[in-house]
Amino acid sequence: MKHSRKFAALAAASVLAMTLAACGGGGSGGGGGGNSGGLSGDAAANLDARGPITYVQGKDNSNVVRPLVDKWNASHPNEKVTFKEQSDKADQQHDDLVQNFQAKNASYDVVDVDVVWTAEFAAKGWLQPLKGKTAFDTTGFLPATVATATYKDTLYAAPQTSDGGILYYRKDLVPTPPKTWDEMMGMCPIAKKNNMDCYAGQFAQYEGLTVNAAEAINTAGGVIVGKDGKPAVNTPEAKAGLNNLVQAFKDGNIPKQAITYQEEQGRQSFEAGKLLFLRNWPYVYNLAKTDGSSVVKDKFGIAPLPGKDGPGASSLGGHNIAMSVYSKHKATAMDFMKFMTSQETEKFYATQGSLAPVRADLYADADLVKQLPYLPVLLTSIKNAVPRPVSPFYPAVTQAVQVNAYAALKGDKTVDQALTDMQAALGAAGSQ
Amino acid sequence: MSMQVEPQTRRGKKGTGAGLENKEVGQDRKQKTQGKVALLLIVPSLIVLGIVIVYPVIDAIVMSLQKDAGLDPVTGSFVAGGFAGLYNYIHWIFEQCNTPNGQASCPAGTLGSQFWSATGTTFLLTVITVALETVIGFWMAIIMSRTFRGRSALRAAVLVPWAIPTAVTAKLWFFIFAFDGIANTLFHTSILWTGSEVPARTAIIIADVWKTTPFMALLILAGLQMIPDDVYEAAKVDGATAWQRFTQITLPLVKPALMVAILFRTLDALRMYDLPAIMTAGANGTTTLSILVVNQIRIGFNSAAALSTITFLIIFIVAFIFVRFLGANAVESATNSGKAK
Repeated sequence: MKHSRKFAALAAASVLAMTLAACGGGGSGGGGGGNSGGLSGDAAANLDARGPITYVQGKDNSNVVRPLVDKWNASHPNEKVTFKEQSDKADQQHDDLVQNFQAKNASYDVVDVDVVWTAEFAAKGWLQPLKGKTAFDTTGFLPATVATATYKDTLYAAPQTSDGGILYYRKDLVPTPPKTWDEMMGMCPIAKKNNMDCYAGQFAQYEGLTVNAAEAINTAGGVIVGKDGKPAVNTPEAKAGLNNLVQAFKDGNIPKQAITYQEEQGRQSFEAGKLLFLRNWPYVYNLAKTDGSSVVKDKFGIAPLPGKDGPGASSLGGHNIAMSVYSKHKATAMDFMKFMTSQETEKFYATQGSLAPVRADLYADADLVKQLPYLPVLLTSIKNAVPRPVSPFYPAVTQAVQVNAYAALKGDKTVDQALTDMQAALGAAGSQ
Repeated sequence: MSMQVEPQTRRGKKGTGAGLENKEVGQDRKQKTQGKVALLLIVPSLIVLGIVIVYPVIDAIVMSLQKDAGLDPVTGSFVAGGFAGLYNYIHWIFEQCNTPNGQASCPAGTLGSQFWSATGTTFLLTVITVALETVIGFWMAIIMSRTFRGRSALRAAVLVPWAIPTAVTAKLWFFIFAFDGIANTLFHTSILWTGSEVPARTAIIIADVWKTTPFMALLILAGLQMIPDDVYEAAKVDGATAWQRFTQITLPLVKPALMVAILFRTLDALRMYDLPAIMTAGANGTTTLSILVVNQIRIGFNSAAALSTITFLIIFIVAFIFVRFLGANAVESATNSGKAK
């Protein structure tokens, strides 16, 4: 018996350690304080200070950040920027930022944040509001990208790169791309005749489904979260939007296996010539043109997402650049943010890293369009885009959307029920 | 501790015939200094254990009694939630959520509504995977314990799935079970493996069994090799059939090792995270408790701490039942046989 007790205690300790250790270190978020007027608290400190700073971003896959930092450092010997590279996993980047902000780490001066994290970090009081002495001029930026960086009418970050959904279609089979959803569904018999699937997007239960469901709902004139920040998804418009997808699954216009599709599965199907229409991000363009396994190299075209009676409402991807309220050298941080979003830098992003610019006039730049032929289409997409819900509870919001939209697509729930549940879950997300 | 010290003190004494008083005094002094040295040697590991285990555990329990930061409706900033009592625990166990209309049962699509289904999923996956792994592992162990050419090659080969990191395994099976993947091509089926509940769970079970059976097999193999050959020879002489030898000798004698192996696997399976997280992201009834905890961490730490504590209690109870009622003998006889050796 004695042994068994000892053993039980040991088992208990190890199990406890394994299950709980993951949660250690998370203090209570909050603070920040109400600053409806000017800047206060941490946000009012070190505004004029200059000196060395650190820039934090996820893995620099296409080597765009290092050359830029080198260029900055060459002309700012006393305000050098150190680049801290995070992992390439978005979740890990998010958690790393949270930990360092909670620890009020002053060496995370300027950070790169995903568009969907901006509201959360702003509400936690971690991002320097871009007003007063730290105001940022967004003239020339695409309005939808600015909206992703705005929380409660205050700008908390500067748009850095953007991304929007576009429609890939087989121009050999469909000479003119569909402008509306109904038109596209009307073309599905062409797919059938050629023994192909008609349309696919991203419908597996993950972030991509939130993107696609939001696009369907926004395109039909619905919203997920209203302008006042309150959920408003249980409307006839939203119902019509989600119903478009559900109906297409029922008709077989969206193949049944698309319920397991993320970006890559859809791309592979399209490149294998098995899909007539594909909703995906611009990265597919170059791959479909150059991949050895692509049989559609010269047979596909791109168009804005089909909408109700014009271009559809894409969801927005991309990243914003923001300044920590705990930074000790905010004047330098501000200059660096301006540098990282300047016309010249934006062009470099596009040429070097195929990252979509946030400045409208670059989409008309002849050099750029020659290199990235999808830019004009992408501009239409981003101009009509609606950001995913700007909510400080985004992780809960996306769960509410995914789980219920997925149930509707699979036919486990009626569209009515799914939207009622989604509305209730969004309400619960915002009142924890 | 004292039990280990005793023989040394005795050995240290010059004559065993020394007076009783003397012996006690000497022992006392020795024990005192030895105790100090022992304490000094233990302290570093105690400190490390304190930092790595005790502090996070206590911190997590304290956190679980705090409310998650809420939003100030006017400023839109987060404000600390304050003391919550057992609210977080009630939230999970009774699936009660705060909604705009006050407390109500959690609507579908919130994490709070998934607690019991996640618990059910976790136990279902655990029972099925551990049962399969035990049976197949036993079979593999029996084969590996025989003497034949290439035995060591086989033993090494069997270990390969276990040596691959789980995340990599998960990604491999993710591709295998894709609609255009190997599984469907090979069997000329068009099953949506990750598209509905039963296939998704089956896929995860297959991947888990593939990955962890070798672990089971090795633990059982260790137990098998402790059984002396002469027992089998004696049984053969007495005319026992192969089946009788298996049920009358192998099973009872391997039981201690087997129980420990099952206990370890069960505890491990109850924490299952990587396979479902990567293969299905928790969709189609594959959300385990660990996935729920990780999802909740991104939404609110304090509530996640409560969920971790609940998960711990559940796992602890299972471990306790194993040790107390099923495996108590296993642990005792395992130590006894260890001593006898």
